[in-house]
Amino acid sequence: MSRFRKVFAAALVMAATAGAAEAGRLGLGREALPEEVAAWDIDIRPDGQGLPPGKGSVKEGEALFLEKCAACHGEFGEGAARWPVLAGGFGSLKSAAPEKTIGSFWPYASTTFDYIRRAMPFGQAQTLTDDEVYALVAFLLSMNDVVKDDFVLSRDNFTSVKLPNEAAFYLDDRETAEKHFWRKDPCMTACKDKVEITGRARVIDVTPDDKDKSMKVE
Amino acid sequence: MNQTAKGLDRRSLLAALGGGAALGAGAAAGLTARPAAAAAAKPDPAITEVQDWSRFLGEGVAAHPYGKPSKYEAHVVKRDVEWLTAGRESSVNFTPLHELDGIITPNGLCFERHHGGIAEVDPAKHRLMINGLVDRQLVFTMDDIKRMPRTNRIYFLECAANSGMEWRGAQLNGCQFTHGMIHNVMYTGVPLRILLEEAGLKTNAKWIMVEGGDAAGMNRSIPIEKALDDCLIAFKMNGEALRAEQGYPLRIVVPGWEGNMWVKWLRRIEVGDQPWHAREETSKYTDLLADGRSRRFTFVMDAKSVVTNPSPQAPLKFKGPNVLTGMAWSGRGTITRVDVTLDGGRNWRTARLDGPVLPRSVARFYVDFDWQGEELMIQSRAMDDTGYVQPTKAELRAVRGLNSIYHNNGIQTWLVRANGETENVEIS
Repeated sequence: MSRFRKVFAAALVMAATAGAAEAGRLGLGREALPEEVAAWDIDIRPDGQGLPPGKGSVKEGEALFLEKCAACHGEFGEGAARWPVLAGGFGSLKSAAPEKTIGSFWPYASTTFDYIRRAMPFGQAQTLTDDEVYALVAFLLSMNDVVKDDFVLSRDNFTSVKLPNEAAFYLDDRETAEKHFWRKDPCMTACKDKVEITGRARVIDVTPDDKDKSMKVE
Repeated sequence: MNQTAKGLDRRSLLAALGGGAALGAGAAAGLTARPAAAAAAKPDPAITEVQDWSRFLGEGVAAHPYGKPSKYEAHVVKRDVEWLTAGRESSVNFTPLHELDGIITPNGLCFERHHGGIAEVDPAKHRLMINGLVDRQLVFTMDDIKRMPRTNRIYFLECAANSGMEWRGAQLNGCQFTHGMIHNVMYTGVPLRILLEEAGLKTNAKWIMVEGGDAAGMNRSIPIEKALDDCLIAFKMNGEALRAEQGYPLRIVVPGWEGNMWVKWLRRIEVGDQPWHAREETSKYTDLLADGRSRRFTFVMDAKSVVTNPSPQAPLKFKGPNVLTGMAWSGRGTITRVDVTLDGGRNWRTARLDGPVLPRSVARFYVDFDWQGEELMIQSRAMDDTGYVQPTKAELRAVRGLNSIYHNNGIQTWLVRANGETENVEIS
């Protein structure tokens, strides 16, 4: 084959794959069908993007919560054993025992909807209907004094719900607030006069011991 | 990369430590002084008697189709702390750092953190979907992903809650428990950029949300700049398929950023114009400060280090020559230096980094030292190539208070007593 013909043949091969290649693509994967996207696209954002049609009342949510959630979270969202506390904790964030609940800490109600819809009830994920999720969120909002007992939460009024702690969150500012951690030539000799022990783990004594077969050895 | 044994000079290291003889403390119970030229009192039966393994044939090549560690290493296991969580499906276990060396964590010892248990995903049924602000919403099979250009990178993964139990004070006796929510693995995977370009990003694409196929449907938001920079969609760890507990068959690798973002069993990437504020980036993994306000999106893991030997689970057993070792890492870049003190921070010396020193990877350090039974207060202090110096716990608390839980990269102190026992303490 002449040099000219080789170049020509190469050009033909390139033209055949031009669709994806010209755009810098590999042409792998396939287009997702609308039904497939709808089946998996379950996330909810604070601006309401992703909210499905539907509604649910505080009253309906209370019945559901007692049936499906209270065993872990307590009848009033106060938490059982070490399972998460969902309600209360107001004014505790500066204390020695902050209680980070939906009402006292979470910035957005949408997080509650997103999380319940994808992960709750624990061990029975994605079994709730959309109306049931609305009702559970409504109930949790009422337990946190964000809405009244006769409230009905829906796609239409969802973004009108504001949680009290939203403004207390701000972006990572370590590079300015902790600028002093970037330092030249940290001290190497005679850095302090004396050293005293101020705390010992053994006093608390919560370390699992070697005989504790807390994890099965295969 | 730095693979030279920088400054490996035993004699000068010993001299720098002040010389063993000058420090000589009283002999402690249970300790053995073993001078190099000690004479044996009687012949060692380990030498004079023929051992079973020297006489009889061992197992054949078919005995262990997938090999395991020696039976004498059966104590080297992940451990959990039962009181820490309500149940074991949403819980954590810890890597036995004190039993490991070098920079790579063996796959079976990589700590686990699940929010809905270990998903056992059939790779033939696994799909990765990209939807949202893209020109083409796409679905990939594992076969598709393995036909894309791939790369190999070594990165640490540290849970944002690593050392979280230590925020208020020394609590757990063992580096496995205080620092064991980290592993360092070589990933094989496809740059996320390639997948996103395959779908075609809209001009208003600013964030992605990654989502797992597990029973927690774990989801996190990642800025598009990071997604296009160095994130990988990984299917292999240390050369073999991801372990089920590490996200088999597919996980995202988010170098230098908190482990919770490295979503396992990755099934979907949605492209959007703003973050999602999912549970794990609002209710959890935010940093509550003393004034009651909270930092969000504290993704980068700052420089940190810990001495793994000696440590409470690995006490000193012998006087004379000893090896102090530990690991250092930084999510902001590459470890440039680690200093070690044996006297509680009065005096420091620069440790020897050995083995590959790579960006956003664990680096291994050593101080070869001579110990004569004196009490030690050991700390290590990591520095990275941005000039960041690992702070003390007091310095961290001065900025963040006591309620932060996450992102505790403060300097750890181990107290070595005269008998070699080592404990977790805090010092002034």
